[in-house]
Amino acid sequence: MWTSLGWIAWAVSAVLILWMFWDFITINRSFGEDVLLSSREGVDELFGESSKAKGN
Amino acid sequence: MSEQVAVQGQTKQINLLKVLGPVHVWALGVGIVLVGEFMGWNYGVGKGGAFGALISCWVIGLLYTCVAMIDSEVTSTVAAAGGQYAQAKHTIGPLMAFNVGLYLVLAYTMLEAGDVQVAGQLIQIGAGELGHDIPWEPFTIVCLALLAWLNYRGVFMTLTVNFVITAAAFLSIVILFIGVHPWNPTAVLLHQHLLTDLPYGWLGVLASLHFGIWYYLGIEGTCQSAEEVRSPGRALPLGTMTGMITLLIAAALTWYIVSGLLPWEYIGWDAELAPLFDAARVLGSPWLTVILFVGTLFSAIASANGCINDAARAWFSMGRDRYLPSWFGAVHPRYRTPFRSILFLIPIAAVFALYIPLAQIITFSILSGLLNYTFMPFNMWKFRRKWPLGSIQRGYEHPFHPLPAAVLLVLCVATFVAVYLGYGRQLLAMMAFYVIASLWFAFFRYRYVRRGDQFTMPWPRPQGY
Repeated sequence: MWTSLGWIAWAVSAVLILWMFWDFITINRSFGEDVLLSSREGVDELFGESSKAKGN
Repeated sequence: MSEQVAVQGQTKQINLLKVLGPVHVWALGVGIVLVGEFMGWNYGVGKGGAFGALISCWVIGLLYTCVAMIDSEVTSTVAAAGGQYAQAKHTIGPLMAFNVGLYLVLAYTMLEAGDVQVAGQLIQIGAGELGHDIPWEPFTIVCLALLAWLNYRGVFMTLTVNFVITAAAFLSIVILFIGVHPWNPTAVLLHQHLLTDLPYGWLGVLASLHFGIWYYLGIEGTCQSAEEVRSPGRALPLGTMTGMITLLIAAALTWYIVSGLLPWEYIGWDAELAPLFDAARVLGSPWLTVILFVGTLFSAIASANGCINDAARAWFSMGRDRYLPSWFGAVHPRYRTPFRSILFLIPIAAVFALYIPLAQIITFSILSGLLNYTFMPFNMWKFRRKWPLGSIQRGYEHPFHPLPAAVLLVLCVATFVAVYLGYGRQLLAMMAFYVIASLWFAFFRYRYVRRGDQFTMPWPRPQGY
């Protein structure tokens, strides 16, 4: 049983890594670079939504 | 929902998801660091004895208190992933920012490799205790794959899991502390017999500073979550400072328990992997042994989890600013994570975890972290000079400026000397690497950087410009 744990660990790793690669390829095919690279720095409120109500 | 990003020809911006609170910030910072209470700090005992390690715990605790104070103030004004990288970009300039970004990525990727290596080896040790000989490599890789998958799928679940396992690991230290009957210090603990004078004098204490870093390495990682926290100006200082307090308590408890149960020669022995776990074994309680085994394993997993998160954010930020190929600046439209950066860094961590000895990996991490801390005093001086108090809104203003910055710089220099005493060649090799990387950036990469887009915070023009 203990020896097979190692093989199970390899198998789980392979499944997770393959799933991530499958999703990675799907997303890269489904969305253009203009969408995927659209994130911008400095567009966030420093003190959250609540600060707007307080007029900060 | 978020798949609907392209509506009638108009591209909607996809940003990292703002879902985190102060608890997640605490879980990120303490999660990365707490493994240092379970292992690593004990090599400082081998250099300076038990009292030497205690002095280094205090001195390096002061260093990190300064780091936390400075970081909390600057980060409470810069709501950007990348943490100190984004700070350097705003206060100093592109070359410093590039170097700081690299320090961050290397510090976290190496620590992540060390953590999963330790997690695999702990599982091997646990199986060995039950009389089964199994390899550690598959368990190292399955930890890495599971944590990468978690990080890939979203930051909220990643750091919620980190909160649970970090809290459990911290609780295991508290349970062990109760188990040694602290209300009657001579009943179980043997400090009066085990504690000795400084075996190698004050030079040994200086050398032990290198390993004192272990108690706190990575707490500055809290600010990597700046872009995913709902209220960064409040949550980041709160999460970072409470995290630092937690670590100071955990470090004190750890030293008190271990130095009262094990002789300093054993604690500081090169082959001693997990002193808190061994302290529990010495007590002879099966329950405490199991609890501390689980606590040690959880702390290693939590640290790797936080490191994957932070290394990917730093790499992503540098890609987004074109300091690296902009391809890395992509955000997953459904999970809102920097998915390309996460996937890119995982094979690098796997190779280091499988083929490089733990001491080497951790030295790379410590050196990169130390270079990052050395940048912070200069960052703070420039930040306060360019934007004095009152000129911009700060979520936290640290007291006694410029004292924390000056203390931090002095302690960083002392720790560099300590590292040089034990790992001089690695230190010089690391410096050479950063010099070469800087030359590459200045001559081959900077041309791709959009200079007008570097300054993103809505701050007034700095004083003197």
